[in-house]
Amino acid sequence: MSDASERTRIKSERYESGVIPYKKMGYWDADYTIKDTDVLCLFRLTPQPGVDPIEAAAAVAGESSTATWTVVWTDLLTACDVYRAKAYYVEEVPNKDDEFFAFIAYEIDLFEEASIANLTASIIGNVFGFKAVKALRLEDMRLPFAYLKGFLGPAAGVIVERERLDVFGRPLMGATVKPKLGLSGKNYGRVVYEGLKGGLDFLKDDENINSQPFMRWRERFLYVIEGINKAAAKTGAVKGSYMNVTAATMEEMYERAEFAKQLGSVIIMVDLIIGYTAIQSICYWGRKNDMIVHLHRAGHSTYTRQKTHGINFRVICKWMRMAGVDHIHAGTVVGKLEGDPNTVKGFYDTLLLPYLKENRTIGLFFDMDWASLRKCLPVASGGIHCGQMHQLTYLLGEDVVLQFGGGTIGHPDGIQAGATANRVALESMVLAKNEGRDYLKNGPDILKAAAKDCRPLQVALDLWKAITFDYASTDTLDFEATPTKQTS
Amino acid sequence: MTRITQGSFSLLPDLTDEQIKKQIEYCIKNGYAVGIEWTDDPHPRNSFWELWGLPLFEIPDAATILYEIAEARKAHPNVYIKVNAFNNARGIESTALSFIIQRPPYEPGFYLVRQESSGRSIAYTIQSYAVQSAGEGSRY
Repeated sequence: MSDASERTRIKSERYESGVIPYKKMGYWDADYTIKDTDVLCLFRLTPQPGVDPIEAAAAVAGESSTATWTVVWTDLLTACDVYRAKAYYVEEVPNKDDEFFAFIAYEIDLFEEASIANLTASIIGNVFGFKAVKALRLEDMRLPFAYLKGFLGPAAGVIVERERLDVFGRPLMGATVKPKLGLSGKNYGRVVYEGLKGGLDFLKDDENINSQPFMRWRERFLYVIEGINKAAAKTGAVKGSYMNVTAATMEEMYERAEFAKQLGSVIIMVDLIIGYTAIQSICYWGRKNDMIVHLHRAGHSTYTRQKTHGINFRVICKWMRMAGVDHIHAGTVVGKLEGDPNTVKGFYDTLLLPYLKENRTIGLFFDMDWASLRKCLPVASGGIHCGQMHQLTYLLGEDVVLQFGGGTIGHPDGIQAGATANRVALESMVLAKNEGRDYLKNGPDILKAAAKDCRPLQVALDLWKAITFDYASTDTLDFEATPTKQTS
Repeated sequence: MTRITQGSFSLLPDLTDEQIKKQIEYCIKNGYAVGIEWTDDPHPRNSFWELWGLPLFEIPDAATILYEIAEARKAHPNVYIKVNAFNNARGIESTALSFIIQRPPYEPGFYLVRQESSGRSIAYTIQSYAVQSAGEGSRY
């Protein structure tokens, strides 16, 4: 005699209790037809030795969607075929024996509308610690048009910001106040005033300047706004300084942002480490209060830099454009921080173009229509100086904030001279570019000629002429111009 | 004496006519419409300078625009004049380049009015010496 629980046990081979391979559970479908509404992900996976790459891909699909390690009968109460993510294509990474690219499609209804937090809780939730893969990296995503329409994107973005600042046809210019820690409010405001008066559009708080014992945030904001307004009166131009409102709680951040608004600041900033939900919140606040939101990508290199594990920064660029930041640091190529030229071009295109075309040579793996989300302005910051202006103009284009911290404040004749040197170098390069000159080749001559009318530029060129940061990048691209072989 | 640094090339020495022509040719090459605007109230937040006619659309060469620049200078010899280029491409639909091509021989600039308010807060107002000293049309 058997009891009821025995009699009602599920007989189907698929749903019999136990552990079966993910690819047999429905998380692998080589014939899957991608829907326009699917979220697509590309992972770089390094399976544990002996693990079949297709099974590893299916496992990633499973663990980032509906699966757990064993069969559960409650699947049968759902439209589980729809909700299962499907790995649909796996290929070898060029020149790597143990790395594979796995393409996975996710049904749009797996995700709450307009929530980066929910999207990431699935896509990068559990799966990065999964034992069957030795390492895992999210390389790219295709966010479908229908899903993107739920996000508001940048409230200002490139175009509106330019209209508010009245700067057209050249990169914006900024500088980070240095030393980043230790200045009193009044001394800090001095740096802001000098830099803006010398010709910069923006000064900037650094990522870790919040409200420390040497300078509490209200002191900083009050003196910075004095510096901004005084410089605006001196130059007759709109000026700003990114007031960092990063704080321990959202309530505190709102309080600081409200104060910045009350003072008349045009821009505030937050750090990436505040988290995706806080970023979306402050972007909504910025939209409501006509405030440009600058995002400093503090912390990103902990998970974006190594090639085999983590998240490629181009994915962060996508998430942040969706979340609605108006600015994001996206690399300089020539400066002191990581950044291979083509990789950085991929980041800039991701932030600026209305429509992305698959182009593996710059790291873009999917076509993607940005659904009219506004353009997010890339910021180039870290170890750049005026002697590189021709390279910066060539590599980064016109829609960028060039941010010279040391390259402004380190000028022997003072901050104002440093700012003027940078602005004159930039203007002379844009002028030459528009005139159709070969400014990349003749850059040094163009700068030398401009320096004849501008002593601060001459001094800066003499001081920094030999400074380069010529190290090989860690995060490089896998594709040059050739397609790869296929394994499945 | 100050130098207003609005626009793209205002920290360089004033552009020569030849340099202005090359920038206009760049605009035409990119399909931008080019407009001329002037003002004697160059406050940083004055978004609307006076139009010197409409922006010139689909102009084949720089001569027409240079002619209008010359006419604008003749009519308004002592005020600020700038050239604006408009890009109507989808996703831009805004100004693509803007630079000052004439300024008054003497620029008195602006001063900052500080209205002390509660606590340490100050309400700031940027005022123009030229605007407060004379009426429109006779400021420079």
